[in-house]
Amino acid sequence: MKELSLNILDIAQNSVKAGASLIEILLTETPETLTIRIVDNGCGMTAAQVESVMDPFFTTRTTRSVGLGVPLLKLAAEQTGGSVEIVSSAQAEDHGTAVTALFNKNHIDFTPLGDIISTVTALIQGAPGIDWQFVHSRGGDAVTLDTRELRAVLGDVPMDQYDVMQWIGEYLREGYAALPACE
Amino acid sequence: MKSLAELAAIREKMKDKVILREGSGEIRVVVGMATCGIAAGARPVLNAFVEGVNKEGLAEKVTVSQTGCIGVCQFEPVVEVFEADKEKVTYIKMTPEKAAEVIEKHLKGGKVIADYTITKALA
Repeated sequence: MKELSLNILDIAQNSVKAGASLIEILLTETPETLTIRIVDNGCGMTAAQVESVMDPFFTTRTTRSVGLGVPLLKLAAEQTGGSVEIVSSAQAEDHGTAVTALFNKNHIDFTPLGDIISTVTALIQGAPGIDWQFVHSRGGDAVTLDTRELRAVLGDVPMDQYDVMQWIGEYLREGYAALPACE
Repeated sequence: MKSLAELAAIREKMKDKVILREGSGEIRVVVGMATCGIAAGARPVLNAFVEGVNKEGLAEKVTVSQTGCIGVCQFEPVVEVFEADKEKVTYIKMTPEKAAEVIEKHLKGGKVIADYTITKALA
């Protein structure tokens, strides 16, 4: 993947497929590190499944037998000296999955984040019925988007309505313009 | 600054339109957005279709959606076009530029661009 935002787009699709009603995408930057967390309340995985998603030859898909999503994220993190951790629960009461990837930003093999706004809008366009919370914090400030707040205003208007998608893109662009650059 | 008030205005504007849109969508454009598609460049292709369809005023007629792996990863980004009573058209190795052409010639003009289809690649 040429951008980490593409890994995020890919990994978050797993949360959609897990039947989540809320998916959080949380990016936290320090001068040295970037932490990406993708947290969902989907069906979750058993301990054995968590073990196997790290393996490129495990997938739930039936069209072919190789699943590269998590291994590619792991590769991108580990090549910067970082790591990927997955915590998941498939219990009826408290289910969901949290994928946490840690990157060393100053490592020569750090993949740039890229067009994260396109990733957020593509995710919302693809699954407009579920709720998305996006937080990117850096230098004591943050860009945030919570579709639950938008939904409260929009009522029945679907989130993937073009005017709404444009508003979201514009809103995020303004947020990033106001966010302090890397310290 | 973007405000929630603008969203309220969109809601007001959409009040009657939303009902209209349901039951339409004679043409479905489906973009493959699994790991293979994303890595090959499906995200800008999806954007090009979403934007192009709306800018060309085709939103009443065309819906753009996403799907997982279609099974022909070597041809990604793959885009399928479904139309009632017509055979499915599978476009391969798509780019935003090709997407603009598909919107213009196929979605608007009703003419399949054979050169970009999987049928052509396998012939």
